[in-house]
Amino acid sequence: MMKAQTIEEKQYLVRFNADTKSHLHVLDPNICLTKCPDKICTIFCPASVYKWEEVRMHVGYEGCHECGSCRIGCPYENIQWEYPRGGYGIVFRLG
Amino acid sequence: MPEKFDCIVVGAGPAGTACAYELAKAGVNVLLLERGEYPGAKNVMGGVLYRKMMEDIIPEFYKEAPLERPIVEQRFMMMDKESAITFSYKGLEWGREPYNNFTVLRAKFDQWFAEKAVEQGVLLVCETVAVECIVENGHVVGVRTDRPDGDIYADVVVLADGVNSLLAKQLGFHREWRPDEVALATMEILKLDKNIIEDRFNLEPNQGCTIEIFGDATKGILGTGFLYTNKDTLSVGVGTLLSGLIKHKIKPYELLEHVKNHPMIRPYIQGSEPVEYLAHLIPEGGYHSIPKVAGNGVLVVGDAAQLVNAIHREGSNMAMTSGRLAAETIIMAKSQNDFSESMLDQYRMKLMESFIGQDLKKYKDATHHFERFPQYFEQYIPMLNRAASQMFTVDGASKWEKQQKIWRDLGSTKQKFKLARDMMKAWKVMK
Repeated sequence: MMKAQTIEEKQYLVRFNADTKSHLHVLDPNICLTKCPDKICTIFCPASVYKWEEVRMHVGYEGCHECGSCRIGCPYENIQWEYPRGGYGIVFRLG
Repeated sequence: MPEKFDCIVVGAGPAGTACAYELAKAGVNVLLLERGEYPGAKNVMGGVLYRKMMEDIIPEFYKEAPLERPIVEQRFMMMDKESAITFSYKGLEWGREPYNNFTVLRAKFDQWFAEKAVEQGVLLVCETVAVECIVENGHVVGVRTDRPDGDIYADVVVLADGVNSLLAKQLGFHREWRPDEVALATMEILKLDKNIIEDRFNLEPNQGCTIEIFGDATKGILGTGFLYTNKDTLSVGVGTLLSGLIKHKIKPYELLEHVKNHPMIRPYIQGSEPVEYLAHLIPEGGYHSIPKVAGNGVLVVGDAAQLVNAIHREGSNMAMTSGRLAAETIIMAKSQNDFSESMLDQYRMKLMESFIGQDLKKYKDATHHFERFPQYFEQYIPMLNRAASQMFTVDGASKWEKQQKIWRDLGSTKQKFKLARDMMKAWKVMK
C-alpha cells in the first residue's frame, strides 16, 4: 500500500522553519462565520493550513507552503497574505 | 553592503538568476535577493528543464550542472477509470548532445545556477524579502527589504519574485490574479531504486521518461497529472486550475492520492518511498494575463509576468529567456543612461517577438476554452477509451458492427453535431 496518504503524513515529509508570528491573517473573522458556508479555503489549501473550529478559523501558518492559493481563492478577499520573514517558512530540499 | 547598485534582481529562480548572470557577465553591478534559506528553497517545478534556453546562458551546462536524467521518451495518457490510451515519442537523439530536456530537482539546480551567477560577480543575498518597491517621482529607485535599515537603491529593479508577483501588483502592473489564472499543483518525490525505475520505464541508465496524464487523473476537471523519472526518485504530481478545485470542492492532496492510486499509475510507483511533498501555484492565465512588464526603472520576468505555456508544460525556459532579454535591455539602457519606461519597453517588444510571445499568442484562448467547456475531459476522453476498447476487443462481432456501436455511443444526431462542433472549436484554439 502507498505511504503518506493523509495530509498529516505528507506534511511530515516537509522541512519548515516556522517564524514565531503568522504571515497569514484572516482580516474579518465575522465574514467566515456569517457569509461563507463552504469555508472553501479549508478544502483547497494544499497543506490544510485552514481549519474551521466551530466559530472561528484556525490558521496553522507553520505548515504553509506559501503557494498563495488562499489569497487568490478566498471568495471574500478576506486573507491578508505576506511572505514569511527572510529565511523562515517552508524549506524545499528536493523538488 | 553598498546602498546603491546598478541593478537589483528580486528572486533567485531561473528568471532572476538568468538575468543577474547575464548582467554581471557584462560588467553590471548587480544584487540578487532571495527570500529562501538558499536559492531553490521556495521553488517547485514538475521537473523538466529545457536545454536550449539554458545553453543560451551557459553553453554545455549539462557537463557540470546537477541534472537528473535526459528525457528520451515523452508519453501522453488519455486516461479513464480503468483504461488509458497512450501516445508516445521516444527518440535516442534526445539522449545525446545537444539533448532536448532534462529532469531536475529544483533545490539542487537553482543553487548551482545561482553559484554560477556569483562566479560572474553577482552579489547574492539570501533570507531577505523585498517587501515593496521604493518609488520616487513615478520611478522605481530601489526596494525595501525586511532587514533592519533595509532600503537598497538601484538604477533598475527586476521583479523575478514568482507567481504571486506581489511587487508588480503593488506597482499596479496587474490586479490580483483570478482563480482561473493560476493552477495549483501538488507533487511528491518518491524514492525508488535506479534499476527498478529503468525496468519499469523501459530505460537504459542515464535515460529518462516523462508521462503527462489527462482525463481521470483530475477526475475530469481541467488539469493534468504527471510522472517523471529522476535518477533514483520519481516526481508524481497533479495540477488543476484553482477555480476547478473550488468549483468541484476537491482537496488537492486527495486528488494527488487519487493519481498515485490509479490502476494505470500505481504499478509504476509501487514500493517507492515518499520523501518530500510540495505545493505551488503555476501562472496559467496565458497571453491575456501578461501584465505590464516594463515601467520607469523596473522590469518583470518569469512567472511574475505569467510567462508559462501550460499546453506544452514550458515555463522555466520562458523564465530564463525573459531574464536574458531583460538583461540585454538593461545593458542597452545603461549605455545610454536612460532607465525610463520608454527605453525599458524594448524588453516587452523583444519578449513578444521571441518564441515566448509567439507561443503564448498561439494558445491565448486554449485554457479558457477548455475551462468553459468541461466536456472534453469529462466526456470525450472516456468516449475515446470506450471506442478503443470496442474496436480492439475480439468478441465475434464484425468490425462493421463494432464501428456502428462506436457511432451509436457518440449519442443522438444532435449530440454528434455538438461533438463535431467541439472538435472544430478545439482545433481553432490550438492551431
